[in-house]
Amino acid sequence: MTLPFADTNFAEATWILVVKSIVIFAVIFAIVPVLTVVERKVLGRFQARYGPNRVGPYGLMQPLADAVKLVTKEHYRPRNAIPILWPIAPALVVFTGVATLAILPFGDVKDGVGFYGIDVPIGILYFFAFGSIAFYGLLLGGWASGSKYSFLGAMRAAAQLISYEISMGLALLGAIMMAGSLSLVSIVEAQHQVWYILPQFVGFLIFMVAGFAETNRAPFDLPEADAELVAGYGTEYGGMRYGSYAMAEYIEMFVISGVAVTFFLGGWHGPGPGWLDPIWVIVKIFAFLFLFMWIRATLPRVRYDQLMSLGWKVLLPLATLNVLVTAVLVTVT
Amino acid sequence: MNNSADSSSEAEVSSEFPYLEDESVVAVQRGPEPGGLGGAYRAFGETLRGLKTTFARIVEGPVTIQYPEEKTPVYPRFRGRHKLHRFEDTGLEKCVGCSLCAAACPADCIRVVAAENDPEDRVSAGERYAEIYEINLARCIFCGYCEVACPFDAITMGHEYEIADYNRDDLIFTKEMLLAEPLERTPLRREGE
Repeated sequence: MTLPFADTNFAEATWILVVKSIVIFAVIFAIVPVLTVVERKVLGRFQARYGPNRVGPYGLMQPLADAVKLVTKEHYRPRNAIPILWPIAPALVVFTGVATLAILPFGDVKDGVGFYGIDVPIGILYFFAFGSIAFYGLLLGGWASGSKYSFLGAMRAAAQLISYEISMGLALLGAIMMAGSLSLVSIVEAQHQVWYILPQFVGFLIFMVAGFAETNRAPFDLPEADAELVAGYGTEYGGMRYGSYAMAEYIEMFVISGVAVTFFLGGWHGPGPGWLDPIWVIVKIFAFLFLFMWIRATLPRVRYDQLMSLGWKVLLPLATLNVLVTAVLVTVT
Repeated sequence: MNNSADSSSEAEVSSEFPYLEDESVVAVQRGPEPGGLGGAYRAFGETLRGLKTTFARIVEGPVTIQYPEEKTPVYPRFRGRHKLHRFEDTGLEKCVGCSLCAAACPADCIRVVAAENDPEDRVSAGERYAEIYEINLARCIFCGYCEVACPFDAITMGHEYEIADYNRDDLIFTKEMLLAEPLERTPLRREGE
């Protein structure tokens, strides 16, 4: 019987950790701009149009133009905003998003270096902890703006977090029980025979639905809800502060996709030699990101009571049932 | 008396039923109840159907016309900017300066000043010609009445639709501008397109 904690057999040198964190930063800040333009182009295709194609070849320079525009915007602060909390909130969201990236495994330990930021023993709990802090960013931002739309958005964000984080945790619990570990690396290693999307299909679906709610993406983008709340928690933000929120949304999308890949799609497992592992993870993550965009192009925003009743009346019982059945099966076999 | 009877019956009715009997009551239309497992299955199926619908748009490809590079083709009878015409064999102007177009114009945007033709050096085929022929395109409503009024088919509505300019004065088109061939031809829609 192994302990449900990760067995991080080796300690890495500090300089390796520093290099790895720099690499993770560089990679994510290279991927987020690409994601923004890819999302806009893919959304365009879904709506039978091209999307941005004016700036640079195929419109690929669009994020650069966006960034220049956002950075050079006037810094404006509403009079009602609370001085320190208001600028901190968007930074908090980006920080938690990037911090969560640290545990995503992109490959096995090769030549004494693990292809992940850090293999924390509590594994997925780290993800949930930082996911909750990310919602503090939305909550603080909405509340500290001192505007009614922001406040409504923040309230919705809080309610949404409570309704969906539980189902999300329970959905992952099935995979955790099958792997017998909380560490993401061990969970991926446990999937070398069969990816958990097959035995844990219900858990996968619940996780994806909860993941859409967690990232505030359509059809659960109620904290933003641009049709009713202007831009929800982001109403009073402009320039790069708004940009931070937008960036954090993409980072979170990436993280949720990464966790889904780790837990249900066998992480770095795939045909080909070992050095292909990170490529496989990236490919799988991008498949999920495409799914995020696809859903956004398809489904209308749900009503608020529908969101609540889906979370509490459908997902939570389903997730609990899934955990119970998995527990029984794991014990029996 | 009538009043009191009415009010008493009203009170009677309202104690049981909140509406008057002759008042038309609109029943509220509601969607079907979500229902438990069947509802979830239905929602899931409809979601998949929606995903299929949107993905079909990707397969179809964009329908956008990349405007500055590509132009929307127009129908043959499209009424764009006017054109003045010459006879192809002699090169003389068809316009004889009769001002019928100016008279027909509801927006009053055509100005014609006629002059006698010099027999040595003819400008038009008729007795007179238009010395000044101006159309103020800022006022023109593109109704095509001038085209209908013209007895010599000297003025027709062309296909050009990119007439925007920075200055109102630049929108007054002179005879030379109206006689000249447009620099770029507007694509024409084919039959049945």
